[in-house]
Amino acid sequence: MDLNERPVIPEPVPTITEPPRAGEAHILSQQGTPLTDRAALEAPTMVSVKDLNLFYGRKQALHGINLEVGKNTVMALIGPSGCGKSTLLRCINRMNDLIDNVRIDGHVRVGQSDIYAPDVDVIGLRMRMGMVFQKSNPFPKSIYENVAYGLRVQGVKNRAVLDEAVERSLISAGLWDEVKDRLNESGLGLSGGQQQRLCIARALAVKPEVLLMDEPCSALDPLATSRIEELIFELKRDFTIVIVTHNMQQAARVSDFTAFFWMGKLIEVGLTEKLFTNPRERMTEDYISGRFG
Amino acid sequence: MRVDRRWGDAAVTVLARGALFLVFGLALVLGLTLLLRACPMLGSLERSTLLGSAWAPAQGSFGLRTFLAGSLAVTVLALGLSVPLCLLSALYLSEHASRRLRERVQPVLDVAAGVPSVVFGLFGVMFVVPGVAALGRLLGVPTTGYSLLAGGLVLALMAAPFTLSVALDVLLAVPMGLRETALAMGATRWETAWHVVLREARGGLLVAVVMGFARAFGETLAVMMVVGNVAVLPTSLFGPAYPLSALLANTYGEMMSIPRMEGALMSAALLLFLATGAVSCAATLVLRRMRRLG
Ligand SMILES: Nc1ncnc2c1ncn2[C@@H]1O[C@H](COP(=O)(O)OP(=O)(O)OP(=O)(O)O)[C@@H](O)[C@H]1O
Ligand SMILES: [Mg+2]
Repeated sequence: MDLNERPVIPEPVPTITEPPRAGEAHILSQQGTPLTDRAALEAPTMVSVKDLNLFYGRKQALHGINLEVGKNTVMALIGPSGCGKSTLLRCINRMNDLIDNVRIDGHVRVGQSDIYAPDVDVIGLRMRMGMVFQKSNPFPKSIYENVAYGLRVQGVKNRAVLDEAVERSLISAGLWDEVKDRLNESGLGLSGGQQQRLCIARALAVKPEVLLMDEPCSALDPLATSRIEELIFELKRDFTIVIVTHNMQQAARVSDFTAFFWMGKLIEVGLTEKLFTNPRERMTEDYISGRFG
Repeated sequence: MRVDRRWGDAAVTVLARGALFLVFGLALVLGLTLLLRACPMLGSLERSTLLGSAWAPAQGSFGLRTFLAGSLAVTVLALGLSVPLCLLSALYLSEHASRRLRERVQPVLDVAAGVPSVVFGLFGVMFVVPGVAALGRLLGVPTTGYSLLAGGLVLALMAAPFTLSVALDVLLAVPMGLRETALAMGATRWETAWHVVLREARGGLLVAVVMGFARAFGETLAVMMVVGNVAVLPTSLFGPAYPLSALLANTYGEMMSIPRMEGALMSAALLLFLATGAVSCAATLVLRRMRRLG
């Protein structure tokens, strides 16, 4: 990503202008306001991917990826199905280690550490990261224990610490008011949208350095989706977020930067509004305007 | 066209409902027959003889307590031996083993689960009984080898492929996403297995164990061949036992020649029938309760 890129003068974006819904008022405060946070350009690098190749067996799924994500920014990964978005996301917390026959070369840095260095503590690395999956998947435990799980795994036993973390995370995930009286009930008793916010709270409880989200809204209705989008927008104050999405409007609404992938290659990455209004590559333009994919 | 399809639909519904009634009806008829035939022995005077522990048909005492205790002892012993091992192996196969290993083991389990019980019985007579006898000598316990322990071991061996196979299916049905979430939070594989997979799967695992129990409780031939079949209350692992099912199989021939024997045996059969039924019902209830609590 070229951090020296000049900020472009924002223009209303034809493909993504739709009247703001009530819940999004503070995101799109006025029509035509830049969606991208200018400060994002100066952000220090949090995640950096260098010359990354990934093979599933003999099949290459990622080809020479180079990508940087700034601290406290939101990076959206878009592209047609099967282009390697999830694969790249899972490289950032080494979840691909769990799959047999995966071979990876190149470098991924999170903060200061090269996470594919031979002496890296993978468990410790994963503790520093949060991940939210496409399908909400609360543990078969109480709401409280769901959120506390990450800290419990880290060995935290102090009740006051756990209580504080549970409350803080549920508040950040916008779920506290709905569940504060039923923390000991099963997380499976919540609605789909609530469950997904519970999963987000669970990921936030450990104050992760990076939050990885793989199509977090794809199973949700528009209202629940817009709540989560609002949430992402707020979360970026404290967290660095990489989000995979199939929804162009969503990418435009929540992200500072967007990376477009095609067949395992990174075709283009840049400021979200620039990529959506004035893409450098023909392929990107075709994709975002719905001509293929 | 439309009408035809509707007719077809109705026909299938009727057929399916009929099949259901047939199955339930047969079970009901079986239960009722047992009950009717056992009736002469279920009268108030005879109940005390049935509940007693003396078994001497010629003298008219038909105490079933010994046999019930024999069935319970063999079954509990078998489950105690096989369930922990099966659960651990299933966990290993589902959480740790490579897919290749898993795919090799599964068909072996299916074959093993289908081996007729007489084969297990023969194996027991040839290897387990002498083994138990040798162990007895080593420990200074006089035993022929035909014992509760031999019965428990053979039954455990027999139940293992089935229990393991069902438990493995249950564990593999736990969504991958749950495991990945726990792992992504920094849990180790075994932490994930304990905290998340087992918790999610506990209902299904309970069912696996209970199904194993019901099968083991009613299992006859293999156990009968190695358990000794002496009508005494089982007190020692090395002593003989006499399960209900073995009693039925061994003595049904004398049913007609000894007065009131039929009623006694039918009561034993009824007991077997009700015990397995009750265990399954209890499991269903527990399962339902657990579902509700999540
Ligand atoms: N475990 C795996 N083993 C082998 N190949 C895999 C595996 N996971 C993914 N792939 C392949 O790698 C490529 C990239 O997959 P990936 O899941 O990253 O795509 P994606 O961009 O996330 O797609 P989608 O939008 O459908 O989620 C695909 O061609 C896929 O078939
Ligand atoms: Mg994907």
